[in-house]
Formats: sequence, structure tokens, C-alpha cells
Amino acid sequence: MQQPPNSSRRQFLGLAGGAAALGAIPVITVRPAEATPAMLASAIQNVTAGAVVHTGKVKLDIPPLVENGNTVPMMVTVAHPMAPEDHVRSIHVFNEKNPQPNIANFYLGPHSGRAQVSTRIRLADSQKIVAIAKLSDGSFWSASVDVVVTLAACTEEVI
Amino acid sequence: MASALINVPAKAKRGDIIEIKTLMSHIMETGYRHTTTGEAVPRNIITSFTCRFNGNEIFRADLFPAIAANPFITFFTTAAESGKFEFEWTGDKGFSETASASITVE
Repeated sequence: MQQPPNSSRRQFLGLAGGAAALGAIPVITVRPAEATPAMLASAIQNVTAGAVVHTGKVKLDIPPLVENGNTVPMMVTVAHPMAPEDHVRSIHVFNEKNPQPNIANFYLGPHSGRAQVSTRIRLADSQKIVAIAKLSDGSFWSASVDVVVTLAACTEEVI
Repeated sequence: MASALINVPAKAKRGDIIEIKTLMSHIMETGYRHTTTGEAVPRNIITSFTCRFNGNEIFRADLFPAIAANPFITFFTTAAESGKFEFEWTGDKGFSETASASITVE
């Protein structure tokens, strides 16, 4: 075995490995960011501050099968009276796999009369949507829906 | 440039619960898209929507990039007295638009 060819082979392999590692980093950053279930949990934690979230009262209307994730109609209704002493204070909507876990926060009051809001949202992937309502007594109620999206929003290229 | 569509009933009976529908034309650019050359398109969204009735805030929403383009928001309120609804949208790049609608309560 001669020393020079061996070392040059090592150098070559080392360089090749380094180039591969360098190449891998841009590939990761180019990939669209994605909220994880952990980000969803922390976004919910920001709203509830660790309080128990009960299931019920909230109804989340959203099509279970979505063809175009760019515009998805969504309606949240909370089955709760809107009296001055006991009402729905806010409604928070979250998602699992968009680049950000938040969708919207709505702030209501006893004058709202009915705790119902609707809007149109974007969905980047098939995922779970969570709606949480905060009542004036400080309790939290939630509902979640699984949605299948065939054409994703957010990540397509701009022409 | 930007324009709003507001749907508020012109008349209501005292105590009626009325629905208010609003639509503001806006691109709602998420900030997560790239051009074909790989440059990120900067975020440009409406971040806040507020509705006031006779000067008092009755509804407010925080919006995120997950809201579709041309944000459409509907909500309810109780018709207590005649007056004026004022709507305000604010967002990135100094975006600020207002609109108003009047209601007669009998």
C-alpha cells in the first residue's frame, strides 16, 4: 500500500461527505415549514394557560372532504346562552399541519346574542382542526374535526 | 384599491339577533410561498378586524395567514338601538381600511 493514493482517497471521501452534508441543509430549509402536533399543543396552551379543556358545547362545521385547500368554509357555533353574567368570551381556531398552528381568534360579548362565527380558511394538508371556546366563567370547551384536503394551499409557487 | 362589502339589515326589531357579513378584498399573502426562482414572497395579511357599534367594540378578530384571500367574516349581534356600525381592518405594510353601515331599530 502506498501512502499518497490512500490519503487522497480519504480526502476525496471527506470532501464528498462534506459536500453532501452542505447540500442537505438547503434541502431542509427549502421544505415548507409545518406546524407539528407539539406546536398545536403549545398554541392551545397559550390560550388556555394549562386549564382543563372540556369536550362539547362547540360545533365546528367544516366539509370533511375539501377539494381546494385555498378556500375552505368554516363555521363555529357554541351552544351556550349569551347573558351578561354567563356568555362566550372568545373562540379560538387551530390547525395541526399548516405552517402556523393558529387560524383565527374571535372575541365576543353578551351583546353578540349568538356565539356563532364563520369565515373561510386555508388548509395546507389533510389534518385536524380544533376550535376552543372560552366562557365568561373561565372554562374552556372544544371540538375537533378531521379534514381531508386534495389540493393543498400555501405552498405552491408564485408564477 | 381595497374595497369592502358589508351586509347589515337596514331595519330590525328591538332585541332581534342580527347577522353581519363582511368581506374585504385583500391578497392575504402567507409569507410561505416562493417564486419560481426560489425567493420567498413576503407576508402581507390583514392581522386584525374590529367592529364597533356607536363607538363600543362589539366584535374583534385576530387573523393569521391561514385565513383565505379576501377575508370573509360573519358574526351576530343584538339589535338594541338605532345607530352606526363601524368596521376596521388593519394589517401588514400599513394596511388600514374602514367601512360603516347604519341600522334603524324599531
